[in-house]
Amino acid sequence: MRRTLSFLLNGRPVRIESAPATATLLDWLRGQGLTGTKEGCAEGDCGACTVAVTHLSGGRPVVEAMNACILLLPQLEGRAVRTVEGLGGTDPVQQAMVSRHASQCGFCTPGFVMSLVAARHQGRRDWDNVLAGNLCRCTGYGPIVAAAEDAADAPAAPWLAEDAGRLAALAHGEDIALAGGFLPAGLDSLRAHLARNPEALPVSGATDVGLWVTKELRSLPPVVFLHRVAELARVEETPAGLRIGAGVTLGRLRGLMAGRHPDFAELIRRFGSVQVRNAATIGGNIANGSPIGDGAPALIALGATLRLLGPEGTRELPLEDFFLDYRRQDRRPGEIVESILIPPGTPRLRCYKVSKRFDQDISAVCGCFAIGLTGGVVTSARIAFGGMAATPRRARAVEAALAGRPWTEDTIAAAAEAFASDFRPISDHRASAGYRLRVARNLLRRCFEEERRPLRETRLAGWGAA
Amino acid sequence: MSVHRPLPHDSARGHVTGSARYTDDIPAPPGTLHLCFGLSERARARLVAMDLSAVRAQPGVVAVLTASDLPGPCDVSPGAHDEPLLAGPEVFYHGQPIFLVVADSHLAARRAARQAQVTYHDLPAILTIDDALAAGSRLEEPLEWVAGDPEAAIAAAPHVVEGVVEAGGQEHFYLEGQAALAIPGEGGEMTVLSSTQHPTEIQHKVAEALGVPFAQVTVEVRRMGGGFGGKESQGNAPAVACAVAARLTGRPCRMRYDRDDDFRITGKRHEIRIRYRVGFDDRGRIHGAVFEQFLRCGFSRDLSLAVADRAMLHADNAYHLPHVRIRSERLRTNTCSNTAFRGFGGPQGMLGIERALDHVAHALGRDPLEVRRANLYAPGRTRTPYGQEVEDPLGPALIERLAETADYARRRAEIRAFNAESPIIKRGIALTPVKFGISFTLTHLNQAGALVHVYTDGSVHLSHGGTEMGQGLNVKVAQVAAEVFGLDLSAIRITAASTARVPNTSPTAASSGSDLNGMACRRACETIRDRLVAFAAERWQADPGRIRFRGGMVEIGSERIPFAELAREAWAARVSLSATGHYATPGLHWDRRRGQGRPFFYFAWGAAVTEVALDTLTGENRILRVDILHDCGRSLNPAIDRGQIEGGYVQGAGWLTMEELVWDARGRLMTHAPSTYKIPACGDRPRDLRIALWEGENRAETIYRSKAVGEPPLMLGISAWLALSDAVAACGRDYPALDAPSTPERLLAAVDRLRGVRW
Repeated sequence: MRRTLSFLLNGRPVRIESAPATATLLDWLRGQGLTGTKEGCAEGDCGACTVAVTHLSGGRPVVEAMNACILLLPQLEGRAVRTVEGLGGTDPVQQAMVSRHASQCGFCTPGFVMSLVAARHQGRRDWDNVLAGNLCRCTGYGPIVAAAEDAADAPAAPWLAEDAGRLAALAHGEDIALAGGFLPAGLDSLRAHLARNPEALPVSGATDVGLWVTKELRSLPPVVFLHRVAELARVEETPAGLRIGAGVTLGRLRGLMAGRHPDFAELIRRFGSVQVRNAATIGGNIANGSPIGDGAPALIALGATLRLLGPEGTRELPLEDFFLDYRRQDRRPGEIVESILIPPGTPRLRCYKVSKRFDQDISAVCGCFAIGLTGGVVTSARIAFGGMAATPRRARAVEAALAGRPWTEDTIAAAAEAFASDFRPISDHRASAGYRLRVARNLLRRCFEEERRPLRETRLAGWGAA
Repeated sequence: MSVHRPLPHDSARGHVTGSARYTDDIPAPPGTLHLCFGLSERARARLVAMDLSAVRAQPGVVAVLTASDLPGPCDVSPGAHDEPLLAGPEVFYHGQPIFLVVADSHLAARRAARQAQVTYHDLPAILTIDDALAAGSRLEEPLEWVAGDPEAAIAAAPHVVEGVVEAGGQEHFYLEGQAALAIPGEGGEMTVLSSTQHPTEIQHKVAEALGVPFAQVTVEVRRMGGGFGGKESQGNAPAVACAVAARLTGRPCRMRYDRDDDFRITGKRHEIRIRYRVGFDDRGRIHGAVFEQFLRCGFSRDLSLAVADRAMLHADNAYHLPHVRIRSERLRTNTCSNTAFRGFGGPQGMLGIERALDHVAHALGRDPLEVRRANLYAPGRTRTPYGQEVEDPLGPALIERLAETADYARRRAEIRAFNAESPIIKRGIALTPVKFGISFTLTHLNQAGALVHVYTDGSVHLSHGGTEMGQGLNVKVAQVAAEVFGLDLSAIRITAASTARVPNTSPTAASSGSDLNGMACRRACETIRDRLVAFAAERWQADPGRIRFRGGMVEIGSERIPFAELAREAWAARVSLSATGHYATPGLHWDRRRGQGRPFFYFAWGAAVTEVALDTLTGENRILRVDILHDCGRSLNPAIDRGQIEGGYVQGAGWLTMEELVWDARGRLMTHAPSTYKIPACGDRPRDLRIALWEGENRAETIYRSKAVGEPPLMLGISAWLALSDAVAACGRDYPALDAPSTPERLLAAVDRLRGVRW
């Protein structure tokens, strides 16, 4: 067992003895005098603290943008961090940002630069997605997108190969003891640790737990980090369906869903931001149990089952049964979410996320519909919503009002009324109860209309939209 | 030529490399302490008891201060002396600072501040405009200006519409939050580094709090990470807190607000309600109008009276109103004290008339653009309600050009056809103009100073009274200096604004930065240049009229010598190469009580066409295309000005569409971070944005005939809100009467109202 955390910072190896489990990368960087990385919100919503984090995947370096404000130091073990200072001032993105007049006050600029540097190394040009997690209050974004285009085709930065080489040398398979936490190298040591410390707080991407640290200033119980447990990040195609490890990031899940359930992929595109999706995992999203998390409604509509891993082994349950009450889940001490199984052969899934802002906003209402139709008759209906109750939940009365009935205006109108018996939503700063209920009904109508109209006449955002 | 060129921001390299330092990036001297405010958890209450023992017991805490521990009230208001640094014995809004933690780290101070046990005795809180009206809670008696006989004109008009429109406030969301660092010096001196638009005010507030002469306090501002008005007065509290704590502990003190604290403590754009009543003829020309404006000002005066005055001054926007009554209520509420925000009440004032004209057009079944055109200031119709003549009524020509280049008429027809075929997605379009008055309405603020040194190597150090918040002021002022001396921009150095170099400055506000400081800089540079010319004329026996400065050289008759050589020769001949410059805007006079005078030096114009798509099942919407034609006079720097126009539009559209401030019934702000308060993101920018600058120079004698551009473009965003209203109007016969921000919920409610659907 080691006590030293090791990672690369701008190409140089860093070793931290007995690292505090909940120290954020941002505070640490600024404490080192690397003040190019800014704090704009300390909750992962503005992107001013964006850094590029590189890890090796199959021996090849993968560069990802992440929010340093809610990235905990132990999450960097065996990875390479590159801050704006580490670009040497010569990156084509930096030059393009100058020549396109893409900075005004400049405070958000290092974050934009790092997001674009990461995107360039992934060959991405979907700027609205790439930059959804970076807020700028001055420019209106146009010049930044122009700069992004200018630099998109530039070759990889020389530091990438260098970092990759040094990362390979850094790799090891040992557990690491932290101040206030534990960083297991694999599943066996994780299980052993949880068996001894059932009160430990499992942390994966820390995109929510990070806020407990930076915003709520909570003193956390001992933390156990899951991100090095490769067994949790597996994806397997089985006869029973697609089994997705809890440690699969939302960014990776989006890719997995693109061909299978395009609407789910589109929902994930609008889930947090690139920075958040690079860190956050589907297991964390479920285990966290937020009533407004966007993963659960889609998975419930798909009929997914959850596998939990505890000291006594594994158990499985339908995902909707996991959510007991507001922020209360059926997770026993020492248990973690192990994987999710999406059954095969589900009807086409339609997902609708409704929020004040299209990108990087928490849903006021998120409705997911899997309606089976045969010969114009509803043969199966699974409908799940977020934002309508204390937990993500199925609209069982609506489902019942549809099942076995002809897929017609009259059926839809009658079923829409049933939302009132399924849900009594609350009013808050995101939306009123009246709006939520009205939108839920309208989303059923949209689902109906989309059976007969092209998407661009029914949607403003996402694939198929105008 | 150095002016009129699209040169990059002087800090652009620093921005992209992360080497540009902001207040909290500056390395702290050893022993620096960190501060955090403890905040009131009541909107209005008496502080019965504050048990701070647990706060003091937290690790790292050095001191905990309450109002009674301070050397005096330590007022942080911009003038009214109604904002003590720490409240007590009564609190006036939820989020008001009530104690101050001094600790050895930012995190320790924040942690400790949460440990207070405060007992409140609740008092009735006035939270809303209606609460304030019912209680008669005002900052001052309502102000009313009348031109002509509006009631008679309305009574005699063929048609009348009336209505009410409400617009919410807006959080500045400067990416860099409020921050300050105070470093005590010898002999009672205090140096304060602050993220502020108004270093002189910080100097005054710190000196007052410490009981020392102004001369003992130096305030420096290198740059801000955004201001937008939110750092005109709101930087006072952290700066004074740092200075007072530094004095009490003898150690440097620094403070930055956590984002949530920043939202809770600081003022925002004023929420407004406008009641309007207009009488008009069949063409939609307004004969008489009445506007009643109700502004929610918050718990103290701050800059609210001037904001409310400017709202009244823009009740006409670009339109001639021969008979008009404008009444303004400045309401005091138990909420954060609303403050300056880009446009300073002007945007709110314009909403009333733009809404009224839209309503008139709907009532007549005419295109709103026709109705707007019928009402524009034009030759022969140039007198404003406050008596100033509009000397350059650009509205008709500018709108005509824009309507043509944006293909307004064809697109309007296409949208009508699209909407007839599309039951779910509806489109809308609107063209709205902006006429914005340039000058501080507080006349004495219309002055600026500059200090210029020429060194013997020909390099130039320049200080001016303005502050850099991203608007590109420094590069513009440097361009002026480069122009006067015929030098390359790289020869001009501008660093931090400092009260020690240029004293008694006005805030960098009211779009005035380059107008005022550019002129002051030019005068300082010309003073030095005149000395150099006189010297050269004598030395080389040349005609002073034939001495030219260009390309880094000085042409003296038939000779050409490098500027640096002339500087060195002049120095050797004991000629002063340092000068100050001062500028005061001419011709201004203003009586705010009567609403008469010439408050503005000139007007800046612009217009925008926005096309939107609206999802009538949810109220979600998209801006599809925006065409802008904007008047910058002869732009000092077209690249910087385009940046202001584009960013201003998006910020204005954000205010009126998605940015929603929500307070709960107890006066708690529920949207206090980017997770809950949504400013436009990259994907919200117009997909198709076409910006053109109006070609023409300023009639008024401004710096190189340019026009101010900081605030005016924000109001182009009104077209986005009215385009959404137009899309809603496609859902039924009634007038949408849309309030702002037009969030998806407000839009869906409006759609369903028109469709006769009840929730």
